[in-house]
Amino acid sequence: MSSLSRDDVAKLAALARIEMSEEELVSLSSQFGMILDAVARVQEVNLDGVVATSHPQPIQNVFREDQVRPSLTPEQALSGAPAQEEQRFRVPQILGEAE
Amino acid sequence: MINQTAAAMSEALVKGEVTSTQLTQAHLDRISDVDTSVKAFLHVDAEGALAQAARVDADRSSGKKLHPLAGIPLALKDVLTQDGIPTTAGSKILQGWKPQYDSTVVSKIKEAGIVILGKTNMDEFAMGSSTENSAYGPTFNPWDLSRTPGGSSGGSAAAVSAFEAPLAIGSDTGGSIRQPAALTGIVGVRPTYGAVSRYGLIAYSSSLDQAGPFGRTVLDTALLHDVMAGHDPKDATSINGKFPDVVSAAQKRDVKGLKIGVIKQLQGEGYQKGVQARFDESLQVLASLGAEIIEVDCPSFEYALAAYYLIAPSECSSNLARFDAMRYGLRVGDSDGASAEAVMSATRNAGFGHEVKRRIILGAYALSSGYYDAYYGSAQKIRTLIIQDYAKAFAQADVLVSPTAPTTAFKIGEKSNDPIAMYLGDVATIPVNLAGICGMSLPAGLADEDGLPVGFQIMAPAMCDDRLYNVGGALEAALASQWGGHLISKAPALGGSK
Repeated sequence: MSSLSRDDVAKLAALARIEMSEEELVSLSSQFGMILDAVARVQEVNLDGVVATSHPQPIQNVFREDQVRPSLTPEQALSGAPAQEEQRFRVPQILGEAE
Repeated sequence: MINQTAAAMSEALVKGEVTSTQLTQAHLDRISDVDTSVKAFLHVDAEGALAQAARVDADRSSGKKLHPLAGIPLALKDVLTQDGIPTTAGSKILQGWKPQYDSTVVSKIKEAGIVILGKTNMDEFAMGSSTENSAYGPTFNPWDLSRTPGGSSGGSAAAVSAFEAPLAIGSDTGGSIRQPAALTGIVGVRPTYGAVSRYGLIAYSSSLDQAGPFGRTVLDTALLHDVMAGHDPKDATSINGKFPDVVSAAQKRDVKGLKIGVIKQLQGEGYQKGVQARFDESLQVLASLGAEIIEVDCPSFEYALAAYYLIAPSECSSNLARFDAMRYGLRVGDSDGASAEAVMSATRNAGFGHEVKRRIILGAYALSSGYYDAYYGSAQKIRTLIIQDYAKAFAQADVLVSPTAPTTAFKIGEKSNDPIAMYLGDVATIPVNLAGICGMSLPAGLADEDGLPVGFQIMAPAMCDDRLYNVGGALEAALASQWGGHLISKAPALGGSK
């Protein structure tokens, strides 16, 4: 039986930038063993020499000429912004303490 | 009028027996009548729909050449962007967001003159099989309002089944069109991966996602499929090739001499008795029409569900990183001095529902160093084996078939606390997505034990979508003559007049 502790879930949640409640961390960790057991079935098959498929089609880079084309106006681009200032997205502090 | 097929509505429009404005208003009235109990729609755009209908009516009276579906109303899954119309993907994190552009699918349906009635409910970010994971509450199955319509495109399927729209668009990552079509007694198709542009389709799992059509008949579904498919330079995975003629195929209905392969692994144990019985009967019908029924072996399908629940969460954990509270959508905790990281984490906690968080965490785990090879890497190799199984099976048969879902519609709440039981509902649909091929679900009758619709699934190789419509059309016509009409005519009336 696989398992993932409350602390393991907390670490993954932090990496995924989700600030989970204690209750949710505990409930997720209690379900995880069961889910991991179910998905771990992929390890039952002998996969030696099998090539991995990341995509159903052969993917190639698609190139085009770099041309100027009409696009969103600044007003349109900012229309969904939670906060804006001087025609820019206003974001919370991203560097250390404000000077 | 609203209980007609889209093809019949189209004919009536052409003959001038009805206007698109009247047709659109009749569907808006139906939505007002029944959607308080079905809850298929998250947003109804009455004004925009009537404006588009008026434009089509004006074009028609001025003698302009129109697409056969011009003036026909449609319900759109809330996972596709529509310029200026709220688009949430069933999530709180996008509440109130109005995209500034049309997805390619929406551009194409607008160009054809199709009337978009509104946006339909779905499992949040298409993660679910019952539409119960919507942040805006569940959708109810028109056949039995105590049951789910399936998911994740449950709102679109319910809208068509409840005669709120003759056509709808959904998206199918692991069965999200075919399974709700099965559970609501209608037709749904997941086209070949790359046949329909993903530009403007909010991403869940990019290597599996594909938008597709719903209709009450195979021909109606083909007419919409034809509008949606085609190459799009805005989607690098869009196929640039010749697309099969699905509309002619839906009218061809000739299975004489065709080989139909029954997948050994997708029937029997785990499938509800009434589901298996209707499936077996449909096979007999196809045999009586001249098809040869054979059995094919796809041993790797046993691991498809496990592979899917590693690949899809892995891709989603990456795709959903874009919801970072910076450029659009919800922002929580942006008080003085709060760091961007704290705001991001608080927003994603408040904005994502439980199932979405579960999949993001599972994906982050499957992709983490030390576990990557054992989980994500193994799943990708299983994917190769599934593609090989299909290749062998399609070397023996023209199309493959199975029941669409192991059970009929389940009760609201029945599986919501048991993720594994919920995931098992996708066991027969997932292999198609992993291989990037196409699949259809069409009604096979009602299960004896509960009187609920059963879906029959047809699968065909990539870019052979026409085979789905030929075989589906033939089976549908034979069953309809047995039943004295399409299955949907047996659906309960619901409030209001049909």
